Amino acid sequence: MGLRATIACALLVAGPLVGLPLSFVFAPDALDQFTGFLPEAVSATAALLLGVGLGTLVLGTSLAALVSFFEFPGRRWIEWALVLPLAMPGYVFTLFALGLDLPGIRSTLGAIGVFTLVLYPYVYLLARAAFLSQSRTLLEAARGLGLSRGRAILRVGLPMARPAIFGGVALALMEALADFGTVNLLGVRTFTDAIYRVWFNAFDRDAAMQLATLLVSVTLTLLALERLARGRARHAQLAARGEAVRAVRLRGLAAAAAALVPLALVAGVVLAPLAQLGAWSVESIRDGLLPVDFGPAVRNSLLLAGMSAVLVPVVALLLAYGARASRSKAAAGAARTATIGYGLPGSVVAVAVIVPLGWIERRIDGVAGTGLLLTGTVIGLFYAYLVRFLALAWGSIEASLLRIPRQLDEAARGLGADRLDVLARVHVPLLRSGLATAALLVFVEVMKELPATLLLRPLGGDTLAIAVWQATTESLFETAALPALMIVLVGLLPVALMIRLSGRGGASEVEASPVAPAAVDEPELVPA
Amino acid sequence: MSHVRIRGLSKSFGEVAAVRELNLDIEPGELLAVLGPSGCGKTTLLRTIAGFEQPEAGCVVVSDEVVAGPGRMVPPEKRRVGMVFQDYALFPHLSVEGNVAFGLFTREREEREGLTRRTLELVGLQHKASCPVHELSGGERQRVALARALAPEPELVLLDEPFSNLDATLRAGLRREVELILRDAEATALLVTHDQEEALSLADRLAVMRDGQIVQVGPPVEVYGSPATRWAAQFVGEVNVLSGVARGDGVETELGVFDLRAPASGSVQVAVRPEQLELRARRPTDGSDAGNAEVIDREFRGHDVLYRLRHEGGKTLLVQLPSLELHDVGETVFVRPASSASVTPLAD
Repeated sequence: MGLRATIACALLVAGPLVGLPLSFVFAPDALDQFTGFLPEAVSATAALLLGVGLGTLVLGTSLAALVSFFEFPGRRWIEWALVLPLAMPGYVFTLFALGLDLPGIRSTLGAIGVFTLVLYPYVYLLARAAFLSQSRTLLEAARGLGLSRGRAILRVGLPMARPAIFGGVALALMEALADFGTVNLLGVRTFTDAIYRVWFNAFDRDAAMQLATLLVSVTLTLLALERLARGRARHAQLAARGEAVRAVRLRGLAAAAAALVPLALVAGVVLAPLAQLGAWSVESIRDGLLPVDFGPAVRNSLLLAGMSAVLVPVVALLLAYGARASRSKAAAGAARTATIGYGLPGSVVAVAVIVPLGWIERRIDGVAGTGLLLTGTVIGLFYAYLVRFLALAWGSIEASLLRIPRQLDEAARGLGADRLDVLARVHVPLLRSGLATAALLVFVEVMKELPATLLLRPLGGDTLAIAVWQATTESLFETAALPALMIVLVGLLPVALMIRLSGRGGASEVEASPVAPAAVDEPELVPA
Repeated sequence: MSHVRIRGLSKSFGEVAAVRELNLDIEPGELLAVLGPSGCGKTTLLRTIAGFEQPEAGCVVVSDEVVAGPGRMVPPEKRRVGMVFQDYALFPHLSVEGNVAFGLFTREREEREGLTRRTLELVGLQHKASCPVHELSGGERQRVALARALAPEPELVLLDEPFSNLDATLRAGLRREVELILRDAEATALLVTHDQEEALSLADRLAVMRDGQIVQVGPPVEVYGSPATRWAAQFVGEVNVLSGVARGDGVETELGVFDLRAPASGSVQVAVRPEQLELRARRPTDGSDAGNAEVIDREFRGHDVLYRLRHEGGKTLLVQLPSLELHDVGETVFVRPASSASVTPLAD
């Protein structure tokens, strides 16, 4: 049962993506009529990646080093305040920047700035975790060999954290690649923007699929780099033992600067936009400037996000549980394949799922006359969300599942419970917090999602995110403000959850359990 | 009360044969201990009986029902075999009571509550019924694990190294406690361990396992006193292996004549336990001062002493004596069979 369920899930999710490159076979000349698009998209995307990579690398790493190696007033608060920009979608910050008419914002450089400010927390979080896991003795050994504290950090601390830092940069770049709203609003013609224009303005699906294929290959490269870096980071952390690094207390001006610079950053990226959005929202309500279909947009957003928050974690649970129950390599591989949608741009996912869905739809229509049963309804949209966000849910469920020793499964089986009983009576209760986290993450991501929703929404299916984008393209900043504010406030939930969990040392109810990981009496006899 | 028959059971993992054509019977109501070193396949045997591993050959019969055999594999939840895991594997989200009642979910409510309460009383934890399991001590956790396995009244209870996670000081007391609980419950039980003291003190019968096979089965006294092979002799306690010539009721060795439990003849090897030898400071018969062995090491254990001697024949001997009278390292002593020492020839 386990293996088949897992493989079915994997096919469901990865199938459409595998189909993308086929467009080169069926319509080899599709891109010819868009000769200008490709070079433009390549150069804009490359410039963007380079700039965002550098920006997040420098900003994220230096902030992480600041809070890890130094002690200053308010550090404990600042440490977590620096994560808040994660809740700010790029297009919402762009709305704020455009509304203030910041000079030079409508340019590649402007887009790089926006992405650096909202994406640096990926680098910051991973670098900080790496710094904190470093052992004090290593830095002290460097000091003993004659290095100053600053040089010890540069020559020992930073190189040891390098895999984690690169992992964070890769994540930030994947987010930048996946973005549509920011680049579209700022007029930066990257791949995602090109896909949108080819799709909507020229109605050329083959060309859109081919552009998507090219974009996927860049994303998958980044994904591979990130996984590689994660593997290395694990080794680096294994090597680290002993007491954690002791922070040095800063005094006087240095301490003031250490506290004020991060605070100014958070104020500029989160607090100021929130205040401005709040002010505009009030204006929009007072002057009757709300989006025309504001009520339906709220309802659509909540319905889509709420239903996805049930659907996606359930599929992820089946996937993870199937792989666990069947214990085979094939199932583990299938589970990995199914999580490939992670970090893929929503526009790519939309383009990828529409073709198989359209094909099935025409078959059904031929028999039952149901019309646009899949692509014209929310079914297509849910499918795209599933492909796009399955990995997100799977990650948090799998992490909790791994902490449940297999002996618990066996103990339950020995007491007369079959596999479904074990799932219902042992795993689900123990996975409660993992499932809740998965649901929350999916809910928030679907609320924020723009490109896939834009391409696949049924008629009258506008969401809050679409309302923000629509109004911003027309420079109706007051109109965009209230939906944008709602998106940011919802987005703060998982960030708050993350902060709370980290505050508790990340302990979950399973970790605090008395069950030690299965110690096997005869390790050489247990199949790997 | 139920009996278990295992015939020709084989299970391997890739190249490694964990269990090889193993035969074993467990009689109704008995406590059988399987004793073997790490890697001998005893845990695999247990897991195969429980249904977590599928054997390649042979069969397992529980109370006349074939639960594993050619073309037949009853899933673990249908076997009525309870298991106590090494790490207890208690469900962290359930209370003591919840854990014990876990396997009773198909019973009527009244029966379920009655069985849960009785089983908790049996293990003496009725006052902790609503405790979360992480608040329990190691010994209490173990009793919950045992109660959980016993509550559904299984045909057979399997215990996988049940005491290995406990302090040495707790272990002896809990051993007796577990034994009494199992006897009170009139359970048929199979316990797997690598600790010979545990196996000897707990079991009705002892099965010594090596390389996936049972080399000897019998009551602990018999397995200890008359080991079948040199390996079994050495694994179950400390031993001196001596060559000798058997003549009817006795066997003549370089240390003197030992009684034989069963008549034999010809040249044999016998296993002589350290407590089956005695030391004398002087040769008792002719009064000469010269001993035939030198004390090279002395391990004082409180109630007794283990001496390591070098015999004049060049052999190293182990002798265990009460600590009433001590011999010093370097002293020469005379070794002879203890008065009641009787031995059995080894098979190999």
